[in-house]
Amino acid sequence: MRPGLSLEQAPPFTVPLRFYLAAPFFLAAAGLLAAWPDGAWNLDWSWDRPWGWTWGWTSSRWSPRAIALTHLLALGFLGLVMLGSLAQMLPVVAGVPLPASLAVSRLSHAGLLAGIPLLAGGMLTLAPWALLAGAGLASLGLALFAGAAALALLHARPSPTVWAMRVALLGLLILWPLGAWLAAWLAGLAPARDPIALTGAHALAGLVLWVGLLVVGVSYQVVPMLQVTPNYPPRLARWLAWGVFALALPLAAGGLAGWPAAWLETGLTVGLAAALATYALATLDLQRRRRRKLGDATLDYWRLAMASLLLACGFAVGRQAWPEALGDAWEVFIGLLFLLGFAVGVVNGMLFKIVPFLAWFHLNTQVGMRGTGLTSMKDFIADADARRQFRLHLGALGLLLPSPWLQGLALPGGLALAVSAGMLGWLLWRARRVFVAAGGREGG
Amino acid sequence: MTPIADYLTEDHQHCDDLFADAENAVGGRDWDTAQTRFQDFQRATLAHFAREEEVLFPAFEAATGMAGGPTQVMRAEHVQMRQTLADLTSALARRDAQVYLGLSETLLMLMRQHNMKEEQILYPMSDRALAAECDELVDRMRRVK
Repeated sequence: MRPGLSLEQAPPFTVPLRFYLAAPFFLAAAGLLAAWPDGAWNLDWSWDRPWGWTWGWTSSRWSPRAIALTHLLALGFLGLVMLGSLAQMLPVVAGVPLPASLAVSRLSHAGLLAGIPLLAGGMLTLAPWALLAGAGLASLGLALFAGAAALALLHARPSPTVWAMRVALLGLLILWPLGAWLAAWLAGLAPARDPIALTGAHALAGLVLWVGLLVVGVSYQVVPMLQVTPNYPPRLARWLAWGVFALALPLAAGGLAGWPAAWLETGLTVGLAAALATYALATLDLQRRRRRKLGDATLDYWRLAMASLLLACGFAVGRQAWPEALGDAWEVFIGLLFLLGFAVGVVNGMLFKIVPFLAWFHLNTQVGMRGTGLTSMKDFIADADARRQFRLHLGALGLLLPSPWLQGLALPGGLALAVSAGMLGWLLWRARRVFVAAGGREGG
Repeated sequence: MTPIADYLTEDHQHCDDLFADAENAVGGRDWDTAQTRFQDFQRATLAHFAREEEVLFPAFEAATGMAGGPTQVMRAEHVQMRQTLADLTSALARRDAQVYLGLSETLLMLMRQHNMKEEQILYPMSDRALAAECDELVDRMRRVK
């Protein structure tokens, strides 16, 4: 591979699309799982006590359901969309395509699609075979893709986006062995001296380094691109990913090895929150200065996402400073803000741009638009539909955020999330149908 | 020193700004302003393509021997963008805001991912491959109107 010389237009549509089309199913599954009452799970509830239902996941991140939910969101929805987007973006931002993109995406997609439901099921039931098979298949899928992406990124021309992607892959290298170890421990096959600290390090690497930095790296490109804003300040773009890594790594290590002094943990947490909050504020500031004045659902999603990230950072600092006052329920609240508000928000909003654009782009390249009856990307997903889906997501978030204190809200909140994910999936699948009906070929 | 990248990146930004002005005018249904702004945008964009196709790409191909490589892809994307510009012109003539705004967003995505590839890959390569004649090439590109 010659570095920086590949300017191919794009990988075949099927490479990113297969990830995008599968992702909403996991988001919908997360919604249904969040809505399902505890008693109903074991079928020992009765119709005469319908209001005796509980939703234990809302009060503890350590409940099996909260762990399964986190993985459906982080690995199922976010992970799949991020892999699809990496495959799509690498040639554009780094000048290097994903090696063997068709075979890698097919195999990796198959491994993840089989592995994630098994893993989530294993977490819920603690069935060792499901945990091990799920973790194994998902790991294979992830490792295959990450290996190919790492090869491409090694050859890439360095830029802030490329650096953020590299650091995110480093995060994956940390979170993955920890996750595999935890799955083996849950299955009763491996000892764990301090599973809570292991989980903390795993979650920190997964959420902040992998999910967070991939979103950051992609933002450097798409925020100026979509709204015609100035670029991110060069110094921020250059140092943010490394700063986050330099703060998160000792934070994870300190949790595992034990803290020599409490102020160190507080200092690192505050620093990490400040770094992510700076990114959120910079993004909001750029969008405020945008040349393109017309708003749309994607811009709404970005604003919701940045507001959620700011709140999550603020409450994470608050919880570190006053752990007595902000108890376990707040951890779930912060997790919901970060995962559903921030990460799912950005990714959901971006799908409304990426999928219609790619459908238009490939159709135009393959057969041209003449005679198809279609003119632009908005013929694949209409603005009005995207806005409707945004309102559903906003409603779901509004219902789920207070659920750590009002757990009954998990029922309507989870259902609303499932409906919003269902609508997202329907819009994406419909865009594909329009593409195919007009003569487009997903395979290139 | 990256004179080619600096000059052409600035030219991209100029086109982006004109693009946004035209789209904002259509969004506000201010058709007279939209017509003027769109013409400014179209003229600037076509001049930018000409700067690359007539000056930069031939020099790059001669210096690197890569005639079927990156410049070929960039030329193909220029064709797609010219087609979209023509569609925008007819939407504007019909005062069809819905079609215009759909096409303008499509063109924006097309343009920005194209620019990204040029700014991050092709221009830095050109500055390296054409180091000796950079300034002269920039002068020649400035003269293309």
